[in-house]
This record gives sequence, structure tokens and C-alpha cells, in this order.
Amino acid sequence: MSEPAAPAPQALPVRLVGTVGAVTLDVMAALGRFGAFLGDAVAHLFIPPFKLRQLLDRIHFIGFRSLTIVILTGAFTGMVLGLQVFLTLSRFGSEAFLGPAVALTLIRELGPVLCALIVTGRAGSALTAEIGIMRISEQIDALTVMALNPTRYLVVPPIVAGLLTFPLMTALFDVVGIFGGYLVSVELLGLSSGTYFGEMQNFVDMTDIMTGFWKALSFGVIVSWVCTYKGFHCGHGAEGVARATTQAVVLSSVLILVWDYFLGSVLP
Amino acid sequence: MIRVEDLHRAFGGQRVLRGLTLQVAPGEIMVVIGRSGGGKSVLLKHLLGLLRPDSGRVVVNGTDITHLRGPALDRIRERYGVVFQGGALFDSMSVFDNVAFPLREKTRLRSREITGRVEEKLDQVGLAGMGHKNPAEISGGMRKRVAIARALVTEPEVVFFDEPTTGLDPILVNTIHHLILGMHRKFRFTAVMVSHEIPEIFGIADRVAMLHDGVIVEQGTPDVIQGSANPIVQQFVRGDVEGALRPA
Ligand SMILES: Nc1ncnc2c1ncn2[C@@H]1O[C@H](COP(=O)(O)OP(=O)(O)O)[C@@H](O)[C@H]1O
Ligand SMILES: [Mg+2]
Repeated sequence: MSEPAAPAPQALPVRLVGTVGAVTLDVMAALGRFGAFLGDAVAHLFIPPFKLRQLLDRIHFIGFRSLTIVILTGAFTGMVLGLQVFLTLSRFGSEAFLGPAVALTLIRELGPVLCALIVTGRAGSALTAEIGIMRISEQIDALTVMALNPTRYLVVPPIVAGLLTFPLMTALFDVVGIFGGYLVSVELLGLSSGTYFGEMQNFVDMTDIMTGFWKALSFGVIVSWVCTYKGFHCGHGAEGVARATTQAVVLSSVLILVWDYFLGSVLP
Repeated sequence: MIRVEDLHRAFGGQRVLRGLTLQVAPGEIMVVIGRSGGGKSVLLKHLLGLLRPDSGRVVVNGTDITHLRGPALDRIRERYGVVFQGGALFDSMSVFDNVAFPLREKTRLRSREITGRVEEKLDQVGLAGMGHKNPAEISGGMRKRVAIARALVTEPEVVFFDEPTTGLDPILVNTIHHLILGMHRKFRFTAVMVSHEIPEIFGIADRVAMLHDGVIVEQGTPDVIQGSANPIVQQFVRGDVEGALRPA
């Protein structure tokens, strides 16, 4: 049994170029796998049979079970906004614009982003861990050898559930947040309720709401895509699952913020 | 019939399979023995189409599955039943639902018929009345038996067992071997089984193959293996510390 001969030592610049090239190829291959993973899932969106029970379960898991935390953070975000923006605007004597300021901030920006970040922590991490454990305990292999496509059972349902639930949760977050702002500015700080809601109707229009909607929709895909991908491709053992979970949360959060900036600059 | 020809597979720089050749005849129980970490599970995963070889071929019933994918590979897998090393039960489902799952997803049987078949299988593996339990609540031996019930409920033509008895007490080992033998007499499937259970497997195998250093170093009936002149096989069968095999 002969071992392959070690390659002759090369000059430093050559090795450097080689290393950079190898890293680039690795990154490109990983990006390719990441994209192909979503492509595969999208293809299975249109190929029956559809797994309705799994979908309902994921809607329950991602959407329904996140309601408490969404309401809680929505309320406090609105209250903090109400307080801080009131303090700022009152310096200019323009408290009248508090309503639209709170509403626009929530609807265009904070609602979709904070909601997505919180659901990533609450449901995305659990999604990665669950799929990762299925991977290391060979449950995904078991599905595969039963001639059942794991993508259909484990990836498509969370992505569809993300698409459906993120806009709804974001809407809830916005509404609760606006009432949180109302609570602080009207009930505590003495702004008139007519001013708070009246000016809101004047300044918030449909394009703002659509901006928030598109953001929420795309965050739903990003979170479920990243979290299922990381679970699917996790390493060995408990450590592999732990690392995949961390990576899923970090990558989802970063992508949410980057994509938010991008959409913010292209959408009206 | 399963034919493995000159299979090579490396992970990184680690060459696990190094030109493995093996044939399994229809209806026989072929037991693959070999040291832990020797690549037995890797071999099984190639037979299942879960791993692709670097070179070599896997032929099942005349179809080369080495590069098969998608629906064509699924048609081969539909005749398979697999008992994974850890059982691989779906832990989001009860025992009953685990066994019913392949029937619900792959057949058009009515729910009454499925219930009947699942209860029959659970009864055959000695787990009647345990259907409502969760995989997490039952013992390792029970989990293996549920996995066997799930693998056999679709009445497959080929059944793969990856260490179905490792880590169980001697009585359970014999129970599961009897179970497999009984099922085999009844359904006449082809079985490929990975096991360390020496000497028990000599009682149930039609043929035994020893995997060592990525190749099959010896194969034949249990008598041939037990009488083998190959020092590696001799040492493995006797479990000697001293000899050609070194602790890994
Ligand atoms: N997916 C994998 N990636 C990297 N190495 C692997 C993989 N699967 C198996 N191996 C390596 O191959 C060797 C054989 O493993 P395995 O087939 O599980 O042994 P066993 O004979 O005990 O079943 C081990 O050293 C293991 O580390
Ligand atoms: Mg193994």
C-alpha cells in the first residue's frame, strides 16, 4: 500500500494564490449548495403531493407559538418609541406628528425587522436543532430510503409557513406597537387621542404598508431557508447540531439586516 | 440480487472502502462482520444510494444504481426495508405512527387496513399494546424492535440491518435474532446485516463476509468462516487481543 508522494514545496506567493483560490472555490461551492437547496424546495412547492399536515404543524410552530413574544416585544417597542419620539418632537413643539412617526417607523422598519429577529431566536433556532437532530439520528436517511423526499417533508412546510406567518405576525407587531405608543403618549403624557390617530391617517399610505409587507414576506423565506439549510447540513454529534443552530441564528440575523437595508433602498 | 464491484470510497484523506467486492444472492441472509469504524455502515449506505462511491459499482437486480437518482432510485428503494444503527425512529411520532408511516405515505390502503397491519407487526415483534408510546419513552431494545417492525411492514424484498442487536443484553440479542429469522422464513426477503454478534450470527447467517481494511477478506458459510485459515478472521472470531489485528 503506497501513500501518495507529498507535493514538492512551493514558493510562498504560489501557495498564497493556491490558498485564496481554494477558499474562493469552497465559498462558491457552499453558496451554490445554499442556492440549490432553495431551488429544490421551490420546485417541490409545485410538485404534488403536498404535505398539508406538516404545513399546519409548522404554521403552529413558527406562527402561533410565537404570538406571545411578538405581542410582548411589539408592545414594548411601541411604548419605547412613543416615549423617545415624544421627548424629541416636543423639543421642536411638533408632538402632533408623534402618531405618524411611531407608525411609520414600526410599519416600514422596526416591525418587520424586530419581528423577524425575534422569531429567528424563538422558532428558527428550534427548527435548525430539530432538523439537525433528525440528520444525526439518521431520521432524514430513513425518510430518503423510504423513497420519501425529505425536502417535501422538512423544508417546504417551514418555508411556506414562513411566507404565510411572517406578514401576519409583523402586522400584529405593528398594531400592538402602535397601541403601545398610544398608551404612553396619550394615556401617560397627555397627547390627544385624535391627534395621535388623525395625523397617522394623513401620513401613512399604502406604499408604506406594502414596503413592510414585502420585507416581512422575504424575511419569512430567509429565516426558514437558512434555518432548514443549516439543520440539514449540520455536522456530527451534539456539537454539530449546536454549531449549526448558532450559525443559523447568526446568518439569519445578518441576512435580515442586510436584506432590510437593500429593500429599504430599492422599495419606495 | 445485489452485486458490489470494486467499490472505493474515501472521506477526506481517509480511505474507508478500498476495492470492495461482494455478492448477495436472492433470499439469503448475508452478515457482514468487521471491526467498529471499519466501514460497514458506509458500505450499507452505498447499497442504499445514500453515499456515492469514488469508483466502482453497485448493481441491484440488474440495475446499476451507482449514479441513479430521483424517481429511478426511489423505485429501487421502494423494495427496501432498512433498520438503521440507532433505529432512526421519528421522535415526533408515536410508535404506532412510526410503523404506520410508510404505509400511510406510500400506499393507498384504508386507515382500517393500516391499523390492522401495524398492530399485526407490533404483535410479531412482541410490542402489542405499546403503539401509543413515544420513541423517547421506550427502552433501546424496544426501539430496535419498532425499527424492525417499521422496516418490515411494507413487506420489502431486501432488508438491511445495521447492527440490530448492538448494546442489548444476551437474551434480547437472541430474541431479535429469532425475530429476524422467523420473519425471514415467512417473507423470504434478502437480508444484508451488519453485526458484531459472534458467535450468535453463525446461527442465523446463510453466508458471512468479513470486512477489513476496506475489502472483504473472507466470505462463505458460517462453517467456512469459523474454519478460516486467515489469521485476521481467526482472531476476530475468537476475539483475541494478540494477533494481526491491533486495537484501533
Ligand atoms: N459522512 C462521513 N464523513 C466523514 N467520515 C465518515 C463518514 N461516514 C463514515 N466516516 C468514517 O468512515 C469510517 C467508517 O465508519 P462506519 O462505516 O460508520 O464504521 P462501522 O464499520 O463501525 O459501521 C469511520 O472512521 C468514520 O469516521
Ligand atoms: Mg456502523
